[in-house]
Amino acid sequence: MSTGPGLESLVDQTISVITNDGRNIVGILKGFDQATNIILDESHERVYSTKEGVQQLVLGLYIIRGDNISIVGELDEELDSHLDLSNLRAHPLKPVIH
Amino acid sequence: MLFFSYFKDLVGREVTVELKNDLAIRGTLHSVDQYLNIKLENTRVVDQDKYPHMLSVRNCFIRGSVVRYVQLPPEGVDIDLLHDATRREARGG
Repeated sequence: MSTGPGLESLVDQTISVITNDGRNIVGILKGFDQATNIILDESHERVYSTKEGVQQLVLGLYIIRGDNISIVGELDEELDSHLDLSNLRAHPLKPVIH
Repeated sequence: MLFFSYFKDLVGREVTVELKNDLAIRGTLHSVDQYLNIKLENTRVVDQDKYPHMLSVRNCFIRGSVVRYVQLPPEGVDIDLLHDATRREARGG
């Protein structure tokens, strides 16, 4: 399916993945397959809470199984650099309930 | 296959995709595949104050398995055509 919504165009770009359990992982897309399994390099998790700003946890090289992926977003570096994560407070995302 | 074809005809339209984690994302439908994975462009989360998690994302891929609803523009729905197509599919092609 060459016209389908593949992830080819995002390879080697920074992406923001939202998983089914509500986590947000940001990293460089290195690979993917039909099942949306994903290889992320130099990744970190952004932990949202209402008590303090966004915490960033370094994860490194990660493989995420496609089953657990909700959204793969192309991270706009320009927009991201203007975000003040240390002052951003929010409830963590709810898990996906099938 | 029916809804795959149906969504392909909606490419270029503005839709709102509601996910099974209650997040609703509005954007222009860029493409769909056989799993009903959806790619949206110019996205914004409907309640950005409550969900600031995607503030720096403008294009995104949504896995078909987490989609709860797709809200369509009324002019994107040809009810008669859909009725015919679903009946034909129910009869077995």
